[in-house]
Amino acid sequence: MRVDGGKAQVDFGEGVLRDVNVTLVDAKVGDYVLVHAGYAIQTVDEKDALETLALWKEILAYEQNQGS
Amino acid sequence: MAEKLRYRDPALAKHIAKKIGEVAPKDETVKFCHVCGTHEWTITHYGLRSLLPANVEVIAGPGCPVCIVPAAEIDEAVQLAKKGVVITCFGDVLRVPGSHMSLLEAKAEGADVRIVYGVSDAVEMAKQGPDKEFVFSAVGFETTAPSTAVEALGNPPKNFSFLVSHRLIPPAMELLLGVGDLNISGFIAPGHVSAIIGMKPYELFPRVYRMPTVVAGFEPIDVLMSIYMLLKQLSEGAARLENEYPRVVKWEGNPKALEVMERAFAVTGGNWRGIGRLPDSALKLRDELVAYDAREKYGVHVEQGKDILLGCECHLVIIGKIKPNECPMFMKACTPAKPVGACMVSSEGTCRVWAKTAAAQKVS
Repeated sequence: MRVDGGKAQVDFGEGVLRDVNVTLVDAKVGDYVLVHAGYAIQTVDEKDALETLALWKEILAYEQNQGS
Repeated sequence: MAEKLRYRDPALAKHIAKKIGEVAPKDETVKFCHVCGTHEWTITHYGLRSLLPANVEVIAGPGCPVCIVPAAEIDEAVQLAKKGVVITCFGDVLRVPGSHMSLLEAKAEGADVRIVYGVSDAVEMAKQGPDKEFVFSAVGFETTAPSTAVEALGNPPKNFSFLVSHRLIPPAMELLLGVGDLNISGFIAPGHVSAIIGMKPYELFPRVYRMPTVVAGFEPIDVLMSIYMLLKQLSEGAARLENEYPRVVKWEGNPKALEVMERAFAVTGGNWRGIGRLPDSALKLRDELVAYDAREKYGVHVEQGKDILLGCECHLVIIGKIKPNECPMFMKACTPAKPVGACMVSSEGTCRVWAKTAAAQKVS
C-alpha cells in the first residue's frame, strides 16, 4: 500500500492495484486494509488474525495433525 | 495474506463440525439467523449447512442492502433518469425492479444510467461533466454509508446530489425477533457492518431478548466458529454478545467512520422492501446538506411503490421465513438471467446466491 493524501494505492493481490480512499482509517504503508466500494473501512492486523485462530484452536482442543 | 488460507483449512472445518455435533442439543431444533448476503454466500458456496446436524438450521435474514430498497426509491431514480439526470449506481442496483421499470430498462429507453465502483467515482464523473446533473443512488448498510458521508461533507460539485437509500441493520434484527413463528435461537451478526458500528449496538439482543449474538467474519472457519460459539452459549443456558472476528471488528467499531456518519446523516424511519416501515432504520442527509439531497433538489417523492410482483415471494425470503426453493417461481419463472424479484437480482440476494451455487453443483 502506498499513501498519498487521502488516497492510497492498494494491492488487491496478484498485482491488481487500485486507488482507495483511506481517510476513514489510520493506515500506513504496508498495512492490510479492508476495502468496501473504494473506501478502506478498517485496518486488518495479520498478527491479530493468527492469534485469534490460535485461540479458537485452543478452545476447540485442536491439534495441528488432527484430521489431516 | 497467509492466514486467509488458514481460515479455510478443511481439517479445522471438520474438527469444528465435530465439536458442533457434540455441543448441539439432542432433542430440539435450533435456528440461527444471519443478516448478511456475504454470510449466505460463504455458507452456501462452501456447503456449510451440510456439515451441521439436522436440527441446527441457519437462515438468512434481511442482509442484502440492494434487495430491501423499496420500489418507490427505484421509481424516484427512474423519474430523475427520465428527466435527463445522469444516475450513477452500483452494478447490483441496475436491475432492481421498480414499480414500472428498473434503471436498466430506463437506460434501454435512452436514459443515462452509469455503473460506478464507489461514490467517489460518481463525484469524479460530475466534476468531469459540469454541463450535466449527476445523482448517486446511495444504497447500502452501515458498511457503505460512511463513504457517502465523506463525499457529502467534502463539498461535492453543484451538479451532484444523492438519492440516499441507506438502511441500518440492528433495527431489522429487532424486527425479526417480533416475527412470531420465526423462532430464532441466536444471531450471527454481520462482520463488515460491525467493523463500522462495533459491538455496542448489539448489546440489547442478549440483554433485552436473551438472544445469543456472535459477530462473525466471512471465511468458512469464521462462520463455523460462530455457530459453535452460539451453540455453546445455548448449552450453558447463557445469552452473551461475543466477537468471533476481532481481526476486523473492535468494540468501538470505526470511530472516524461513525463520526462522519453522525455529521452527515440524521436517523429516520424508512421503508424496507417486503418488510414495510421500520422506525429509526434509515439515514437521511442532515438539513445543512439539503442542497445535496436529490429528493429535495428535484422535488421527487414517491410515497408508495409496488414492491412485490404477483407470485414473487421475496417478502418471505427476505425475513428468512422460506428458503428460495420454497418459492414456486425459483429457477422457473425467476432466474439470474431473468430475475423477477429483488432477491434474485443482487449478488447478495439469497435467491441469487442459491441459484448460482445450485447451477455450479449441477455442472461439477
